[in-house]
Amino acid sequence: MTSYFSISRFLTIIVKEFIQMRRDRLTFAMMIGIPVMQLVLFGYAINFDPKDLPVAVIRADESIFSRDLIHAMENSGYFRIIQTAANEEEARDLLELGDVQFVLNIPANFARRLLRGEGPSILLEADATDPVATGNAIAAMTTIVQKALNRDLKGTLRHLKQEEAPFGLRVHKKYNPEGVTNHNIVPGLMGIVLTLTMVIITGVAVTRERERGTMETLLSTPARPVEVITGKIIPYIIVGYIQVILILMAARFLFHIPMVGSLLLLMLVSLIFIVANLSMGVTFSTFAKNQMQAMQMAFFFFLPSLMLSGFMFPFRGMPEWAQWIGSALPLTHYLRLVRGILLKGNGLSDVLVHLWPIALFMTLALAAAIKRYRKTLD
Amino acid sequence: MTMTDKNDLVIDVEGLKKSFKGKPAVNGVSLKVRRGDIFGFLGPNGSGKTTTIRMICGLLTPDAGHGRCLGHDLLTEAGRIKQNTGYMTQRFSLYEDLTVRENLDFIARMYGVLHRKETVDECLTTIGLKDQQDKLAGTLSGGWQRRLALAACLVHKPGLLLLDEPTAGVDPRARCDFWDRIHELSSEGTTTLVSTHYMDEAEHCNKLAYIVSGELLTEGSPEEIVKESGLVTWIVTGPDIWPLARELSGLPGVAHVAAFGASLHVSGYDEAALREGLKPFIDAKHRFEFSKPGLEDVFICLMKQAGAGRMR
Ligand SMILES: Nc1ncnc2c1ncn2[C@@H]1O[C@H](COP(=O)(O)OP(=O)(O)OP(=O)(O)O)[C@@H](O)[C@H]1O
Ligand SMILES: [Mg+2]
Repeated sequence: MTSYFSISRFLTIIVKEFIQMRRDRLTFAMMIGIPVMQLVLFGYAINFDPKDLPVAVIRADESIFSRDLIHAMENSGYFRIIQTAANEEEARDLLELGDVQFVLNIPANFARRLLRGEGPSILLEADATDPVATGNAIAAMTTIVQKALNRDLKGTLRHLKQEEAPFGLRVHKKYNPEGVTNHNIVPGLMGIVLTLTMVIITGVAVTRERERGTMETLLSTPARPVEVITGKIIPYIIVGYIQVILILMAARFLFHIPMVGSLLLLMLVSLIFIVANLSMGVTFSTFAKNQMQAMQMAFFFFLPSLMLSGFMFPFRGMPEWAQWIGSALPLTHYLRLVRGILLKGNGLSDVLVHLWPIALFMTLALAAAIKRYRKTLD
Repeated sequence: MTMTDKNDLVIDVEGLKKSFKGKPAVNGVSLKVRRGDIFGFLGPNGSGKTTTIRMICGLLTPDAGHGRCLGHDLLTEAGRIKQNTGYMTQRFSLYEDLTVRENLDFIARMYGVLHRKETVDECLTTIGLKDQQDKLAGTLSGGWQRRLALAACLVHKPGLLLLDEPTAGVDPRARCDFWDRIHELSSEGTTTLVSTHYMDEAEHCNKLAYIVSGELLTEGSPEEIVKESGLVTWIVTGPDIWPLARELSGLPGVAHVAAFGASLHVSGYDEAALREGLKPFIDAKHRFEFSKPGLEDVFICLMKQAGAGRMR
């Protein structure tokens, strides 16, 4: 009689979803468009190696050393001195207002102390609210200083050059001392995009049936909840994979992100993550009355994922309660997995620690979806 | 009353109740429908027809009541009932973004129909949608959508048809075809429960039930219902019947006045009183004819009665 799981009904629903997906150009375009848009937006920030950053110089030392140093900084292309000989207070105001990105402080008697071998320091204060913007310039600074001064330290002054550090460069990163590294972003983007789109797509796919009234037809057939839910999830796995491939290709060919790990393993891990999010979407749809509500629920899920997964803020810097919430979200684990596999070359045994929480989440979400899926219209 | 053989009852439900947010929509409906019956389900808008039908096919869980459908328990064996039932919804509820053929194919697959391609082909030919089979269902006209929906609930050749206003918005010719089809299926043993607002369609049914505010008011064959109502009707024809209708409707003994084309149906429960009341109006211009009331007269009077709180 009516079996508990009918393969043919399951396949029928898959076929139907595929046809509908193909006809629903807008949604499909969005599913491809979102990762592309995100890549362009984030990718721009990554590729952006900012030059000509405005610098204020407090120059208490008028020696050849400081003059050459400033020259070298400007020649590097990273820095543009917009104000010299400002006093300390004025320079700080400029930094605070964002008029300059750096304040270079060359202390008085720098040259004399250098020649005496006292190893004086130059202070570079950076507005590091946007670490991506200042990172490269700061990295270049050490070399610039070294080269500039070494050129001056010749002849009788050569003995000073021999020493490891005839002077010190102190960099103060203000406002965001942690910093975020660039390579983290593109792999992280994969998780972000999947979390956003996968939850929305199934959330909408089920509520749409209710909104358009087709649920009445579907429910009057002998279809079982398991068949309907799994049948609705499968087609969108492919959409998820398209997104993964798009982002990986961009990471490889556009952003030259190193990929040391196994792509096959990454695909496997992504499958579980995709299904987890799709199931979450179906679960939401069993609560939502219409597509709009399903969308809102998806965003409610997306926001903590974005904030607490370690994508936006360093995970270890978050308060403990936030870390607890973060650990329950599949994105947190997926981000670590992607970075672990892509950047560190983690293998299957290394990834299991972060794979089981996602698998658990997937199982729970799927069970909730099947349990909550209503067999009647009430 | 003769005892009906239990096995012969395709629908046998008792005391079905359903409320939405505390407001009762169906309030204790019992129905017995025998194999091969064409059972007409009538009642004003919002009286609970759709809700009752949904409970019968397992789409809504009744708050109270029990029963069997196709021999299966309503509450515990909904899956089996669905397998052998064709339910046509009041609102078009097939997939608008699938083509005509894809829709039928989908339904056929869901029910595990054998020889699917031939069956779907046959279905398309019968409803006359063969040349529109690749059109999206959402782009069909309203009447064609109804016909497609009917075809969709016949694809798996169910033993029970639950049709919720199947002919609303369908042209006369297609309605005629539709009823021919239902009679044919009925003679082959298919049972049909059909809701409708058209009285001429009610005449096609061998049993009728009339529901008002979630309660059955009357039940029986069309003749029985007319007879049991105890109504008598005069048919008045002639010029200027509209002003006449207004004058007649307030008279003692007159329960209801309805206009049908160029004639008036004047109905009442007391034959003598009605005759007395009409006497002053008899003149050379109008023809007064004593007649049997139609179903429409009966149902409208029933509704008025129910509204006045004089339930039988
Ligand atoms: N899903 C629902 N939620 C809330 N109220 C409902 C719902 N479905 C039906 N009702 C209410 O139940 C009552 C009966 O509705 P139902 O659709 O069964 O009437 P009907 O006899 O089919 O009317 P019509 O002839 O207009 O189709 C109405 O008052 C309606 O407002
Ligand atoms: Mg209705």
